Amino acid sequence: MAVCIAVIAKENYPLYIRSVPTQGELKFHYTVHTSLDVVEEKISGVGKALADQRELYLGLLYPTEDYKVYGYMTNSKVKFVIVVDSSNTSLRDNEIRSMFRKLHNSFTDVMCNPFYNPGDPIQSKAFDSIVSTMMVQAF
Amino acid sequence: MADEALFQFLHSEIIQYVNSAEPGESENGRCVSKLENMGFRVGQGLIERFTKDTPRFKDELDVMKFICKDFWTSVFKKQIDNLRTNHQGIYVLQDNKFHLLTQLSAGKQYLEHAPKFLAFTCGLVRGALSNLGVKSIVTAEVSVMPACKFQVMIQKM
Repeated sequence: MAVCIAVIAKENYPLYIRSVPTQGELKFHYTVHTSLDVVEEKISGVGKALADQRELYLGLLYPTEDYKVYGYMTNSKVKFVIVVDSSNTSLRDNEIRSMFRKLHNSFTDVMCNPFYNPGDPIQSKAFDSIVSTMMVQAF
Repeated sequence: MADEALFQFLHSEIIQYVNSAEPGESENGRCVSKLENMGFRVGQGLIERFTKDTPRFKDELDVMKFICKDFWTSVFKKQIDNLRTNHQGIYVLQDNKFHLLTQLSAGKQYLEHAPKFLAFTCGLVRGALSNLGVKSIVTAEVSVMPACKFQVMIQKM
């Protein structure tokens, strides 16, 4: 279960950011912002195996003592960032990948909505409900 | 297949509607740009859906090849017949039997109306490229119906 989920546009501003409200939201904003640097580094990695650059899933960006941050970049340069609790060690790579897949599907639906202007903050209820299913249930 | 006809009819009606909303010949430019902007937004959404599962693109040429093969096939059920480039940001896509022009007669009679039919597709290509991170200007020309050429000029930022 994720603690924070963010969607960042190609120009590096957030289109959608939602976190578990019990903890300081600002901290998550900061974490997501710094993870952008790591994403850039992974994308422009020189000398890496060609297979790495062809995948959309970027994997574990960096672990802090409390959280682990995962990244995913679409072909249209939109980035998804998921922050999970470090204590939750039962989450496997495959589960993270499937979370990103669901996010991407949902984002594609938002993009195809004719009433949505690309570049605006995402306000779709359907997208919200997909994200809710992936977030930690707030007690 | 029935779904091709649906889009062709809708497309012709859109052109008719935009045309009638602008009275007078001098407004032809506005007509074309409205259609182009419609195509732009549609292209953005389409490309998001099509590239969902494809691996990341290596460079511009890769992007253009994707447009010519997969994108064109999904939208028009055929591939681009010829892609030429001068390796300096200009690409020419040639389609010898453009889908949206096949219903117009193959002579010279409707040559002057052809640009209206190509405007939506120009916007489509421009929207697709812009969502993939490539800023461009797309123009089209018809010399012999139903063949047409789309010229893509990449804008270096």
